[in-house]
Amino acid sequence: MSYEIVGITVLWIFLFGYIIVASIDFGSGFFSFYSVVLGHENKVHNIIQRYLSPVWEVTNVFLVFFYIGLIGFFPDVAYYYGTALLVPGSLVIVLVAVRGVYYAFNTYGSSKENNKVYMALYGATGILIPAALSTILAISEGGIISVRGGKVVISWTDFFANPYTWSVILLALVSVLYISAMFLSFYAKKSGDEEAFEILRRYALAWSGPTIAASLLAFFEINRQNPEHFQGMLNHAWMFVASFLCFLIAVYLIWSKKHLGWSFILVMLQFAFAWFGYGSSHLPYVLYKQINIYENFTNDTMAIALITAFVLGLIVLVPSLILILRLFLFDAKYVRGSSAKKG
Amino acid sequence: MSSLDPVLLSRILTGLTLFVHIIFASLGVGIPVMIALAEWRGIRTNDPHYTLLARRWARGFVITVAVGVVTGTSIGLQLSLLWPTFMRVAGQAIALPLFLETFAFFIEAIFLGIYLYTWDRFKNKLTHLLLLIPVALGSSASAMFITTVNSFMNAPQGFTLSEGILTNINPIAAMLNTAAPTKVSHVLVSSYTLCAGVLGGLAAYSILRGQKHVYFKKALKLTVVSTFVFAVATAVIGDFSGKYLAKYQPEKLAAGEWHFETQPYATLVYGGVLDENNEVRYGLKIPYALSILAGNAPNTEVIGLNEFPEDERPPLSIHYYFDTMVTLGGLLVVIPLLYMLRKWLPGKKAYPKWLLIGIMALGPLSFTAIEVGWMYAEIGRQPWIMRGYMKVAEAATTADYVGWMLVLFIILYLVLCFSCVKVLSKLFRNKDAMEEMRALGMEGGEP
Repeated sequence: MSYEIVGITVLWIFLFGYIIVASIDFGSGFFSFYSVVLGHENKVHNIIQRYLSPVWEVTNVFLVFFYIGLIGFFPDVAYYYGTALLVPGSLVIVLVAVRGVYYAFNTYGSSKENNKVYMALYGATGILIPAALSTILAISEGGIISVRGGKVVISWTDFFANPYTWSVILLALVSVLYISAMFLSFYAKKSGDEEAFEILRRYALAWSGPTIAASLLAFFEINRQNPEHFQGMLNHAWMFVASFLCFLIAVYLIWSKKHLGWSFILVMLQFAFAWFGYGSSHLPYVLYKQINIYENFTNDTMAIALITAFVLGLIVLVPSLILILRLFLFDAKYVRGSSAKKG
Repeated sequence: MSSLDPVLLSRILTGLTLFVHIIFASLGVGIPVMIALAEWRGIRTNDPHYTLLARRWARGFVITVAVGVVTGTSIGLQLSLLWPTFMRVAGQAIALPLFLETFAFFIEAIFLGIYLYTWDRFKNKLTHLLLLIPVALGSSASAMFITTVNSFMNAPQGFTLSEGILTNINPIAAMLNTAAPTKVSHVLVSSYTLCAGVLGGLAAYSILRGQKHVYFKKALKLTVVSTFVFAVATAVIGDFSGKYLAKYQPEKLAAGEWHFETQPYATLVYGGVLDENNEVRYGLKIPYALSILAGNAPNTEVIGLNEFPEDERPPLSIHYYFDTMVTLGGLLVVIPLLYMLRKWLPGKKAYPKWLLIGIMALGPLSFTAIEVGWMYAEIGRQPWIMRGYMKVAEAATTADYVGWMLVLFIILYLVLCFSCVKVLSKLFRNKDAMEEMRALGMEGGEP
């Protein structure tokens, strides 16, 4: 495997990790807020808090890791996307900042009652951030960023008038809610909270249909936007079929209330197949026709250094991740809420 | 807004983000070390007061970490959004420490989550303390990696430049450049000084408010003695930084010292103003001191600013940043020293009011020292973004609306800082240390 492929694969894996953990986080914010509005606040809110509290900061790191790595392996990305995305990028920073900080203030600060304004902020950013971030995938299909007179420019009219953009945003939103509800159902069941489980299971089933519908829509919109990429996706058709099968089994399991751990693993596989099918057919372009992983790659010395650093980093990182998962996700005592509280 | 120069606006916005970030980043680097110190003492001496101290600090710490994390994310993205050309070129040589930093940050985030939620989960108390070590190491390593990137901007190495493209790249040499050792160590110990000073100020505040419990005196002793040790270390490393500058970045030292003619037996100027002929007025002049700062001997030849073309000289105003930093650094040594000598001070009180007020000032003084020290380092590098290779003006974004983004971020940071202060003060007011001691049934719950 060439350095270019190793580099982009590493980054793609981390972005996948971000999609899963961040979807759980974003969706949780939405469901928390939604349940407050509907009045069954205490039934789901506690489950969500217990899972999120120790891991919120970890979610953020996945994103930072991805873009720092992307710039490391492909410095030209900084030039094209950096120049073009000044305004949307800044807005995303503001949303991420507001969300992270107010989450921490509410959780670790001393006020006991849940602040309604904060809940609304948390719910709203949970929808806006994935919508904003997903548009970068739409831009990567090409035709939006161009170079005119040595200056990188972005055409917002082309961007907003494009149905593909909207299909990607839609897919991002429903996926967030689907992934999150599937995970929280599993977590609620594990904690033995039947009431929360019933509510969350209903959310999960409700969002499963829209997820597949939105996936199909985005899939066929790619054909209009970028037929070359679509052809590539057809060459990887088996991955999308596998993704769909995983979806069917996952939904069946949650419907029949059996093997919820497996159900969530299948949800992750469903997205993994689709994500890597989409990603591998996107290659060699990071930005269609402008950034190519072979032409815009960093020098070989840096590539070797980064890959070495990555391997060494994983040796420390993987055991740490397993430790935090064991303590907060697979520790029955903590999950049930009988273990000691924070600080 | 758009009539302003985008380069200047990009500089202001980057400066603003860093101005906010370094406060919280410094707290993030130093406080885990102080918490570890307190918790370790608690275990060693079997004294629950120190454990409570660690626990209370940790509770406030997580609030500042949140702001540190989001402002750090902000500057990470802004590097590409505001300086795309710099990242495109420099990324070829200096991406390694940026990448390593994310791992350090990852480890820190994971273990901080575990640490906060496992106070009473382990039978052996030492296990819980061990969880803090990755947090402290992770945050200090983060600071180290990021500072090497800044060092690289001052002392670009590990590549050869030909026709605008970097070749012969050696990422390790770029990371371990000549500026790195003094810069990294100066940043680390000054962060430790800041945190010890801030926490000492909190203890002094409680005593000043009339708290007499030994808990506060223990807190005061631990923090102020630590401040002394770290402040002395900061000053010693600062002296090494002066020697580094004299040898490798003489224009920064010369501008900071208003030193124009290359000469031995150079005079150090403190304060003062420059007249139109670049003559120093009203300043305090210390003979030979600049030569001693530059090379430990009065006959060291110090390179003057006249050796550099006018368009490659840093602004002369950095003189004041340098002087302020040094003055505050001196106070950060003197005030803790007075505390340590308090038994021999005139007056009857063990903790005289003026001394407590002085200790309360340690935090703000070190904040200011860090901010002006950072401004000296950054403005002193002007006009370069990569000294000798790329000027700031060539590196900035060509995108529109930088001015509006500046307004957006000013609002964001004001809101963040304001609510952070509010949440912190509420946290400690609602959970008084005395009440907590009583609730935990600690000996001496009453004064």
